[in-house]
Amino acid sequence: MNGAEFVPLSLTPLLIGCLAAIACALPGNFLLLRRQALIGDAISHVVLPGIVAAFLIGGTIATLPMLLGAAGAAIVAVAMIEGIRRYGRIEPGAAMGVTFTTLFAAGVLLLEMSDTSGVHLDVEHALYGNLESLVWLDATGWGSLVDPTALAGLPPELFRIALVLVMIAALLVAFWRPLAISTFDEGFAATLGLPVTAIGLGLVIVSALAAVAAFDAVGSIIVIAMFICPPAAARLMTNRLGTQVALSVGFALIAAILGFVLAGYGPRWFGSIHAVSAAGMIATMSGVILALAALFGPARARST
Amino acid sequence: MTSDIALAGPDAANAEAEVLRKSPFAIRGLTVSYDQKPAVFSVDATIRPGQMTAIVGPNGAGKSTLLKAALGIVKPLSGQITSLGRPLAQEMHRIAYVPQRASVDWDFPVRVIDVVQMGLYREIGLLKRLSGGQKSKAMACLARVGMEDFAKRQIGQLSGGQQQRVFLARALAQDADLYLLDEPFAGVDAATEKAIIEVLKSLRAEGRTVVAVHHDLSTVPEYFDDVLLLNVRKIAEGPVAEVFTDAALEAAYGGRLASARITTNAATG
Repeated sequence: MNGAEFVPLSLTPLLIGCLAAIACALPGNFLLLRRQALIGDAISHVVLPGIVAAFLIGGTIATLPMLLGAAGAAIVAVAMIEGIRRYGRIEPGAAMGVTFTTLFAAGVLLLEMSDTSGVHLDVEHALYGNLESLVWLDATGWGSLVDPTALAGLPPELFRIALVLVMIAALLVAFWRPLAISTFDEGFAATLGLPVTAIGLGLVIVSALAAVAAFDAVGSIIVIAMFICPPAAARLMTNRLGTQVALSVGFALIAAILGFVLAGYGPRWFGSIHAVSAAGMIATMSGVILALAALFGPARARST
Repeated sequence: MTSDIALAGPDAANAEAEVLRKSPFAIRGLTVSYDQKPAVFSVDATIRPGQMTAIVGPNGAGKSTLLKAALGIVKPLSGQITSLGRPLAQEMHRIAYVPQRASVDWDFPVRVIDVVQMGLYREIGLLKRLSGGQKSKAMACLARVGMEDFAKRQIGQLSGGQQQRVFLARALAQDADLYLLDEPFAGVDAATEKAIIEVLKSLRAEGRTVVAVHHDLSTVPEYFDDVLLLNVRKIAEGPVAEVFTDAALEAAYGGRLASARITTNAATG
């Protein structure tokens, strides 16, 4: 394939897919180890009303309001889950299920009732994402990567996801130790003076930011695969936390690249002229990687 | 509590202040409840410095809860916890806590030495790398519990007794004055029990204070100097020779002791 075709049509969606997959896999490691994978699912749904609300208030789809809206929605969701658990006297899993379906449904209704025709926001997009549409039409080939006018036409989603990924990576490096200690042993962490509640909430908020950034790429349903599958596969490959996180990034990348390529070109190999959803294929590849790790990973045999 | 002292006059208040100043771990009026049911009710206790104290009582007596509430891990309804006369919350750097072994996920992807190094967190902080001295300190703590050969093992590969020793090594790395241990002998082999008690005795010999939630009544006189008998309320506290009596045990466990011990263990163990 030549650059004149690849750069404008495939480079930016591929990059956005890769960055989104990594941004989700990083916090996903800790959600998984805290046995809070379901929180990832809840959060990825809950960001929808957050994004729509941010749009209704701000009138545009800009990065900062979207991130704030999603972080706000995450906090509301955590408060709701805790409130329902405590006052409704039901188990945490059920409280989470009630919260995220309700908030997601509210987001869908809000979206249907508001006029979003001027922007790229609709129910289908919210559900499945729209990775293929994030093209760079100003590009003419590889040369455009050094052409300022062409670079100015890069899709804003690319900057959003890059910004979020840098933020998440920086937070992870800065708070690695407290996060690891409080994930392993929260009571002990508290006696070290670590703010364990804030760390837990911080992880949820970071996950919400990742979910927003991935929203353009894969929507809010398939994103759970990006939170959970690469870390879960990585956990089966190693017994070291650092290695697990590094491997999860690798698996996320492989899933994003393979998924994107297979979605675009795979059907042709079988004689079909239609491409399939890149988001769907990325999630499928994430699942395939997890299945392979579950079958062949060296760290499968464990005490529990 | 404080109002009683106020009524008793300034001498009593001074005496109480003096008692608190000397105790490395003093509890006043601690009440904790889960779902409206008191787990610990209005407990006062004054731990003597440089001694080994057992917290003893039937299952559900609030022993672990007392420790967790004192440490701020669970929120008490009321109560003041002090160390040497200052609020315990300000003295946490001098305190090492060993949670129940079963309270964590031993499947967590870390090695034995990584867990011990967690005890150095206050020294290291957020971003600094471990110095050579800190690494050898962690290794020495592991050697003190006889686990140096296991440093590179994944923690999930350890037996229960080995896991408990790793937890103790992490506490040793904290280099604390007050050690609070929650059931350190639960489900460990005889060799580990002996190793742990030797380490605890060496801590006492260094002038440190040890408080442990303990289940096995038969070893209390052998292992511990003092005992705090608890059954939601405090039943008795003091030197083992004075307060670890049949009458006090009956009051704590209720009914005839032998049958009570069996039934309480069977009911909730």
